[in-house]
Amino acid sequence: MSVSDGRISRLRVTVTVIIALIFAVIPLPHWLDIARPYLLLLLVIYWSLSAPRIAGLMFAWLCGMAIDLLKGTTLGQHALAFLVVSVLTHKFQLRIRIFPLSQQTLTVLILLLVYEALVWYTDGVLGYPVTTWARWMPVLTSTLLWPVVVGILDTWNRRSR
Amino acid sequence: MVTLSSDSRPIIGRGPPLWAGTFFLTVVSIVVMVLDHRGGYLDTARLWMSAAANPIYTVVQAPYQAWTWLTDSFADRSRLRTENEQLGEQLRAARTKMLRFDSLTEENRRLREIREASQGVSERTLIAEIVNVSVQPFRHMVVINKGADDGVFRGQPVLDAFGVVGQVIQLGKSTATLMLITDAEHAVPVQVNRNGIRSIAVGTGEAAKLSLPYMTVESDVRRGDLLVSSGLDQIFPAGYPVATVTKVERNANDTFATVEARPLAQLDRDREVLLLWADKSPVPAPEAAIEAVKQ
Repeated sequence: MSVSDGRISRLRVTVTVIIALIFAVIPLPHWLDIARPYLLLLLVIYWSLSAPRIAGLMFAWLCGMAIDLLKGTTLGQHALAFLVVSVLTHKFQLRIRIFPLSQQTLTVLILLLVYEALVWYTDGVLGYPVTTWARWMPVLTSTLLWPVVVGILDTWNRRSR
Repeated sequence: MVTLSSDSRPIIGRGPPLWAGTFFLTVVSIVVMVLDHRGGYLDTARLWMSAAANPIYTVVQAPYQAWTWLTDSFADRSRLRTENEQLGEQLRAARTKMLRFDSLTEENRRLREIREASQGVSERTLIAEIVNVSVQPFRHMVVINKGADDGVFRGQPVLDAFGVVGQVIQLGKSTATLMLITDAEHAVPVQVNRNGIRSIAVGTGEAAKLSLPYMTVESDVRRGDLLVSSGLDQIFPAGYPVATVTKVERNANDTFATVEARPLAQLDRDREVLLLWADKSPVPAPEAAIEAVKQ
């Protein structure tokens, strides 16, 4: 555990976050656009579990803010939802990170549901209610993506350690 | 199971307690949301922060731009020739129309002079390109590559070659976000071109469909009627085509008819749009009107 180790992790976090930001705005056909997974949120959860001292609350909040900026939503809306997910993850970090993958995926599903419910609620408060069932699609696709994200990032982490 | 990084000790028990950070950031988020939602106190902040988003837009754009460049430079000769011919034809047609338009403008100016009405319509336009990024799947918004540095302002009307596209709702230094007229939050005051009946065209959230909820059952509107902007909102200047009526359903028991319209602007196919600076002809003051009547 040296200084350079921390620096490598930091670099890794930055690179993945940039990729996720690009993924968030890349144009997709409409049916895929509706189901676009929340890659950045998954990364926030992953790094909160794997490197909590780098990916703290402020990190999650800033990621949410970046989403607000890119997506043109009211500033602070996604920031708040990201923050809540991050707090829950940090609170149960010691437990979640040793869960088997299946159980972990279920936990992630719950976190995503909390996130979507919060965004939905704030949408309503701000006066842009979207009440179609389609808005819950990303929760499903993101949950399915979680094992993949863990698989890729774990391999990467292990190899370069 | 998540692999641990070199330092995966929890943040709980180190630094400020978890609840303190949570509380602080929650309060900040809510304050920011209120400020941003209530009348844009954060416009300047957004202006500068959106500059940070530019590199991401550029990266997303790059493959598309490269592709367009490639197809353009390797376009074969016969295609270019036919395209050239078509363009020439269109130009001739447009020129002929312009001839008539010039004389009409002149006539309009003279008539206005006679009526001592305010100045005519003098307008400035600027072409903006639509940035190929996806914003929110359930809203009808697009990002364009012109911003505050080009003189764009909030609430600016945007057109394309066929009709009204929407208006600017968010500003960055060199980008701006448009809300299209089909967005569920958008409404344009319109007039039936045939007889001048005024109404409001509200977006439905569906592509290619506007609804006119305030047309009474008795009002004279037909399928195929052209709707033009009425200018009553002081945002869209009067007389620009907005939509054609596609469906009128009258039920004698209801107060209002069900009227639907299809936007004329090619909202889903546009690559370029036109930003419009219209000289808002001020509403004549009552005194002036009275003077005019006396004379």
